[in-house]
Formats: sequence, C-alpha cells, structure tokens
Amino acid sequence: MRKAASIPAKPAKRKTSIKRFIPIYAMILPGAVYLLINNYLPMFGLVIAFKDINFRKGIFGSEWVGLKNFEYLFTTSDAWIITRNTLLYNIAFIVLGIIFGVTFAILLNEIRQKILLRTYQTIILLPHLVSWVVISYFTYAMLSVDTGMINKSILPLFGIEGISWFTEPKYWPFILTIMNIWKGFGFSCVVYFSSIVGINKEYYEAAQLDGASRLQQIFRITIPMIKPTIITLLLLNLGRTFYSDFGLFYQVPMNSGMLFSTTNVIDTYVFRSLMQIGNIGMSAAAGFYQSIVGFIMVIGANLIVRKVSSENALF
Amino acid sequence: MNSSSDKRLAASSHIILTIASLSCLLPFVLLVIGSFTDNNTIVAQGYSFFPEKWSLDAYRYLAVLSAPLIRAYGITIFTTVFGTALSLIITALIGYGLSFPNLPGVKYLSFFVVFTMLFNGGLVPTYVIYTQIFHIKNTIWAQIFPGMLLNGFNIMLMRSYFQNSIPASITESARIDGAKDLHIFFRIVLPLSLPILATIGLLTGVMYWNNWTNGLYYLTKPDYYNMQNILNNMLNDIRYLQSGAVGDYAGDLLSALPANSVRMAIAIIGVIPILTVYPFFQRYFVKGITIGAVKE
Repeated sequence: MRKAASIPAKPAKRKTSIKRFIPIYAMILPGAVYLLINNYLPMFGLVIAFKDINFRKGIFGSEWVGLKNFEYLFTTSDAWIITRNTLLYNIAFIVLGIIFGVTFAILLNEIRQKILLRTYQTIILLPHLVSWVVISYFTYAMLSVDTGMINKSILPLFGIEGISWFTEPKYWPFILTIMNIWKGFGFSCVVYFSSIVGINKEYYEAAQLDGASRLQQIFRITIPMIKPTIITLLLLNLGRTFYSDFGLFYQVPMNSGMLFSTTNVIDTYVFRSLMQIGNIGMSAAAGFYQSIVGFIMVIGANLIVRKVSSENALF
Repeated sequence: MNSSSDKRLAASSHIILTIASLSCLLPFVLLVIGSFTDNNTIVAQGYSFFPEKWSLDAYRYLAVLSAPLIRAYGITIFTTVFGTALSLIITALIGYGLSFPNLPGVKYLSFFVVFTMLFNGGLVPTYVIYTQIFHIKNTIWAQIFPGMLLNGFNIMLMRSYFQNSIPASITESARIDGAKDLHIFFRIVLPLSLPILATIGLLTGVMYWNNWTNGLYYLTKPDYYNMQNILNNMLNDIRYLQSGAVGDYAGDLLSALPANSVRMAIAIIGVIPILTVYPFFQRYFVKGITIGAVKE
C-alpha cells in the first residue's frame, strides 16, 4: 500500500492521493491534538515568565513585566544553589551510573546458568519498577530518627549516637546518590547487557583459541565493543543534566526544609515556588531558565551524537 | 592456567550479583516485616528484620480504614486500565499514520512529534494551562491526562515497528480487496503488533500505577487520590487517614492506630500487584528498556 500510492506523477493524481490519505490524517489527529495541548501550548505558555500572572485577569490579561521575574530569581542565592546542585548531582549520577551499569552487565555476562541469569536480572530491575513514594518508605524505615533501623540497630553497634538524618544536609549528597544508583543500576545494566549480548561470538572464540582469559576478553573485546553505546548514552544523559528526577529530590528527603542546601534542584524549586510559596513569577522564571538551557544542551548533545553514531540521534 | 582465573571471575560474579540482588530485595522484606511487627516494638526497637514481637494489628486496622483505601485502589485501577488503553490506542493510531512514507507532510508531522522530546515548557505553563484553560483541577482527568497520555518516544517506537515488522504486502492486498484503513488497522495491523503493544502497554501501565506527581500537582481534595497519593500523605502525616479521609470514625478507635506498622502495610498493598505481575512479564519489561534506551 505504501508503494502503491507513491506515484504522484501528475498533479491530478496528487489530488486523489491526498484524498486517499484523509482517513490516515484522521488517525493522526487525536495524538496530534494531545501533543498540541500537552506539549505545544506550554511551550508558548513560557511567556508567562515575563508577566505578572494574575489568575483573575487570565494569562493574556496579565501585565508584562519584562525581566523583573528573572531579576528577582538571580538576585537570590537560590538560583546559584539549585543550578549547582542540579549539575553536580547529574554529573555524579551519570558517571556512577555508567560504572555500575557496565560493571554489572559484564558480571551478568559471566553467568552461564540461564535460570540464575534471569533471576539476577529480574531482581536487580525491581527497584526500577516502584515509585519514589514507595522508596521513600524504605528510606524512612532506615533513616527515621526515632524508629529507623540505622539509628536503632546499626549505629548502636558501633557506639555512635543516633543521627538526625532529616535535618542534617551534609549526609544527603551521599544518600541521594546511593538511592539514585540503587534505583537505576538494574535499568542501565539491562541496557548495556543487551549491547554485550549483541557482540559477535567469533571474537571471543578467536580470543579463546589464542589463550586469552575471560578477564582479558572483557578488557580487550567487551569494553571496546560496547564503547559506542557507552558514549551515546553518556552524551544523551549529558544533554539532560539540567533536568532532574523530581521524586528523588522531593520525596526521598521528605520535603524537609532543613535540607534544601543540598537537596534543592531546579525541578523541586519550581514546584515549591509554584505550589507551596505561591510565587508564580519566580517559579516561571526558573522554569524558563531550565527549559531554554535544557533545550540548548539537548540539541548540542544530539548534534554530537549524530557525529558519533547517527542512528542513535533523536533528530 | 587461565581456567583458574576464569573460575574465580565466575565465582566473584555470582557473589557480587547475589549481594546486589539482596540489596534490591531486602528493603521490600523490611517493609513486609515492619507491617507484621507490633507497633510498640517498632517504637522501642525501631524497624528491624528481627522484631521481638510480631502482630497482625496493622492489617486489622486496614480493615477499619478500608473505605478510603478501597476508593484509592479503585482510582488507581481505573486510571491504570483506562489510561493505558487510551494511551495505546492513540499512540498506535498516530504511529501507524506516521509510518506511511508517502503521506503528504509526513516529515513535518514526524518533526512535530520529535520536537516534543527536545523541548518542553515545564511545570509552570503546563499547570497554568491545565488548571486555567481546561479546569482539570480536582477531577479524575488530572490522574490521566497531564503529561501521561502520550510521549514522543513511544510514538516513534510504534512507528518504526509498523514500518519494519508489518509486511506492506499484507496491508496492500487488503486495500486492493477494498478494506477501509480503519479496518486494516484494527483487524490486520494491530493483531500483528502484539509484542510492541505489550511492551509499551506494560511500561505505560506501570507509569500510571506509580504516578503520584499528578495527584500532587492537580488535586487539592482527596476525592481522586490514588494509592500513591495516599501513601505520600501517610508518610508526611501519620495521622492523615484519620483526619482527612475518614471523618466518620470515632477518634477513640483510631487513637490506638498502630501508625508505624499500618504505614508499612499500606505500602505493601500498594506494591503487591506490581511485584506479582512483574515476574511473568519480565521479558517485556527488559525488551521495553532495551528498545527504549538506545533507539534501533
């Protein structure tokens, strides 16, 4: 059918061909309308960052205030803190994510028993399937000041006093990083593993004939062969360093105000300014800042990916 | 000489993977044990894998609190089933449409989809548009529409599946026999696309089941809270279920609420469906992750 309609030799034929496609356009329509509402309207809605939004006057009726909202945002120390936190956490997550993902994929590839392989894979993917809300129950059971396992069972073993985890910002870079790795390593392991499985077996057979050990094969064959996948994922993730996982940074620290210096990122800042403080202007300015810088980074990363391995680029 | 180092490598792989697996399983075990622990034991001893006193109190109180929980469970099930079905249909329709290489304007339409993956307006304009123009606040639709129904990636996955795995000759001959496009789509294309529908459907279903942010953004009243929203509020405010959701119950009964273990029990009933279903569909999850992360 696709080929049949592709001979629009004469203008007259072209007309019938558009007519022939009317049902197809109708099939595209519902999805297109949703994307228009859910994705495109908010893009235009970014202009509210330059307005003094008043819901009674509506979006269009509200007054333009130029860069006022941005001036407020960037004169606070918040702008710097949330940018720093967002970038540093993302970089740590990306680097550790690759190390853990690749390591576990390689280990998984050493498992010869099919049943065990499946079991390991199933279990390490579990954390990926539950929400941050449920995971915050785990951290609560571990870290709660009065009833947490760490304060009640583990620290006393070493004679250490209980720690007030939810009011001490200095521990949170570690806690959040651990939780991020814990939830995500199964996922990236599966991704890299599928790339390892795709490596041509003949390389390994040849290496075996030459007497190479498994360890040598890992460093000489496996890692070099999955390098393109690693680089591609690295770049795509770098393109997303201005965005963060809202659930991790909002839910796991239980929205504790004492921890904001190390747990506040752009996404949580935007949410709190909008919903809890009710400062729409500030929130819109921070959101605008994220959208624009984020967009530039995504485009940049994709341009590089297109050079490295064009089939993986988004455009 | 290599074989001994190979054996050590295999053995350490098993050890490390076992430790990693335990680290993934034990938190769930801790939840389960916590829900079966006597509340006073938790107060004295903290959450523990080896509680001094076990108890079924938490589950007894769940029965008392059942009204808002059953409602929330119903909301979760409805939004998951309805949202996933709607999402699959619309995604498949648009993906199928975009799979016609000679559809006039198909390049622009594809770009229209891809661009949503590159740039987005973020929370503030989305919130303003959904609440001010579409008045979605405190309606059931808040749990289904904003940010959840479609995403560009799934559309493009569907499209490439239709392009690569459905032989054009089949649909073509159906057309020559006079079948309408909708008929071809529902009767011929969809039945041939079960693997991709299952993969995307499962990932979408899990996303709906786990969704708690839409409730946080768009619901200020508890009427349409799903299980995740209840859990979220329970963690922040242990007395939430007594105060907000169940006004009818006498304070007396609930002042004895074994809050520490009830929390864990509610978390358990929130994750159990996912944990039960998951092992059977593990194959599709793994497939979804692999095709989603690195486009093929």
